[in-house]
Amino acid sequence: MSPQEIAQLLKDQFGDRITGEALDVLDPWIAVAPEALHEVMEFLRNDERLAMDFLHCVSGVDYFEPDPKKAKRAKFEPHMEVLYHLSSMKHGHRIVIKVFLPRWKNDRPGELPEVPSVADIWPTANWHEREVYDLMGIRFVGHPDLRRILCPEDWVGHPLRKDYEFPDEYHGIRAR
Amino acid sequence: MPHDGRTPWIEDRFSEGVVITSLEQAINWARQSSLWPLTFGLACCAIEMMAVGCSRFDIDRFGAGAFRATPRQADLMIVAGTVTYKMASRVRRLYNQMPDPKYVIAMGACVCGGGPYFKYGYHVVKGVDLVVPVDVYVPGCPPRPEALLEGLMRVQDRVRAERIARDATDELPVPHHTGYPELPIKPEDYRVSASEEASA
Ligand code: SF4
Repeated sequence: MSPQEIAQLLKDQFGDRITGEALDVLDPWIAVAPEALHEVMEFLRNDERLAMDFLHCVSGVDYFEPDPKKAKRAKFEPHMEVLYHLSSMKHGHRIVIKVFLPRWKNDRPGELPEVPSVADIWPTANWHEREVYDLMGIRFVGHPDLRRILCPEDWVGHPLRKDYEFPDEYHGIRAR
Repeated sequence: MPHDGRTPWIEDRFSEGVVITSLEQAINWARQSSLWPLTFGLACCAIEMMAVGCSRFDIDRFGAGAFRATPRQADLMIVAGTVTYKMASRVRRLYNQMPDPKYVIAMGACVCGGGPYFKYGYHVVKGVDLVVPVDVYVPGCPPRPEALLEGLMRVQDRVRAERIARDATDELPVPHHTGYPELPIKPEDYRVSASEEASA
């Protein structure tokens, strides 16, 4: 199935909960509203025509420019994205699903944005979501075991966020 | 054969099997030729350390080829590879578990001072000397196996300088490698002579 056909199918099924698309690029993507993500993913996985049985990876992207001078020229509003690269072993087609999130939930710094977990649909997502949580600070609601996976348990902050501050010291080891 | 009272007692009787030396030298010699490293590598530098252990470079020639799988039997810790904060506490614990005397070689740019992760690596300790005391630094990314062997020999220098008498202080060895490349021509040969300077 071509990306256009996949997008059309999703739009017929979910209407305005499909919030955006770019289909003539190298990695065609379709944006989904965060509330509808789990439903859409289940459909992608289980529908016979789509049968997206392989989740390559879950990635987080932080669109943010910490330098105020450059921020004025930046071509984006500060936000975060979660990307799901999917493909179907059965039909040999692929698509990227995107979710747009605010950098902080309710714009209150320190409250992590939330997105439904898909770990129950593809078990692969379990560790990938833990990694995104650890490094980008996105909470996956419904994840069976959302702990840090790379950083130590007592690490403070989410290091791949653009406004992350390096610690001065970690357990008595000077860090700067 | 009864002793005739004229030839000295010991002379010529044991010379084939006896070497006379000081105890200090004997101990240092034994120690320097059996530095047992601890088996552990943390990142890409460890590959180079493994090469040093193999037949091409053969660290066994210097008596340091017996990589021990437990810190209790090791004298030398070759920290080869990126030390992360998560790993730092383990490195320190392993160091504490090693019996004295113990030595540490910091191998590679990462271990010497953060290396490629110095500025943006949130997870890398900026030099393992913030975690354990280091005796010899071997720079490079990764260092050549020869460089690690050189580092090992500098540790051996250190061992050789140890004094066992109670009040004696260790004489730290003066490195006989200055660290500067030797020029094939002496500097005065480069100097412009007065007459040439005048004509220029
Ligand atoms: S110094 Fe270079 S080769 Fe060695 S661990 Fe660091 S990055 Fe790898």
